[in-house]
Amino acid sequence: MKTTKLFMSAAVAATLFFAACSPKDGDIQTAVKAKEAAEVSVAVTKGEVTLTGEVADEAEKAKAETIAKAEKGVKSVVNNLTIKPVLSSAPVVIADDSTLIKNVADAAKDFPTVQTSVKDGVVTLKGEISKSSLVKLMQQLSVLKPKKIDNQLTVK
Amino acid sequence: MALQDKYKALTDAATAAGISDLAVREQDGVLYIDGTAADGATKDHLWDVYNQIDPNFAGGDLVLNVNVAVDAAVTQAKVITESSNLNIRKGPGTDQPIVGKAAHGEVITLVNRSNDLWWLVRTNDGEEGYCYAKYLEPQA
Repeated sequence: MKTTKLFMSAAVAATLFFAACSPKDGDIQTAVKAKEAAEVSVAVTKGEVTLTGEVADEAEKAKAETIAKAEKGVKSVVNNLTIKPVLSSAPVVIADDSTLIKNVADAAKDFPTVQTSVKDGVVTLKGEISKSSLVKLMQQLSVLKPKKIDNQLTVK
Repeated sequence: MALQDKYKALTDAATAAGISDLAVREQDGVLYIDGTAADGATKDHLWDVYNQIDPNFAGGDLVLNVNVAVDAAVTQAKVITESSNLNIRKGPGTDQPIVGKAAHGEVITLVNRSNDLWWLVRTNDGEEGYCYAKYLEPQA
């Protein structure tokens, strides 16, 4: 009996000792969250920190990870932060019609079932096309800086 | 804002794929997504996502301008026509006279890529001229 008791109290003491040594997940979460930028969400499971949210650039993403790693009790960091797309205020550059007409003709040359027209930056497509060719044609037209692609094609 | 919501899955995919110089702009009822993909597979993936949101691209409310980055050190390209020979022209444009042909699958030399659409090439026979870049696949 005595041995069992002794063993049990030793186990309790060990648990308390380890618990005192490694901070609880909740405490880590609070500490890391306090140091991170507002848009960074922090979750902690058994000392593993997961970062989520949208930040402005790669530097911010790396910085968030460094902060989390430096926190006491953190075993590892999963960095799931994503970079916010730039909502540029610069106006979209649209090709002028003469350039567009020439480039659209070049792109459409190998799609004989398609009729194209260009007016005020809008490329209009008429006729018919196969599904696989449609993707290729759309890819080729989209890099020509059109204002819009008005696709009226019948997909076969 | 509505367009950005409609194509959110696409902009999210572009962000996740690490598209560089990514710009998302809305102007006069059209959403413009510009950027550069690391490889052709990434670009094709984005077009798959686009096709899921707008089957057959009939909406006319998105211009997805994503190019594939080409390593400046690359000097060879493979002809990736469906099956036919690729025309080599005197100048950049289908209105230019044909000065030679490159066979389907042939690997030719890239001389100049300053024009995005038409690349200056040289065949193994020494013919030099412009080919439509979409039919050329840079070789690493």
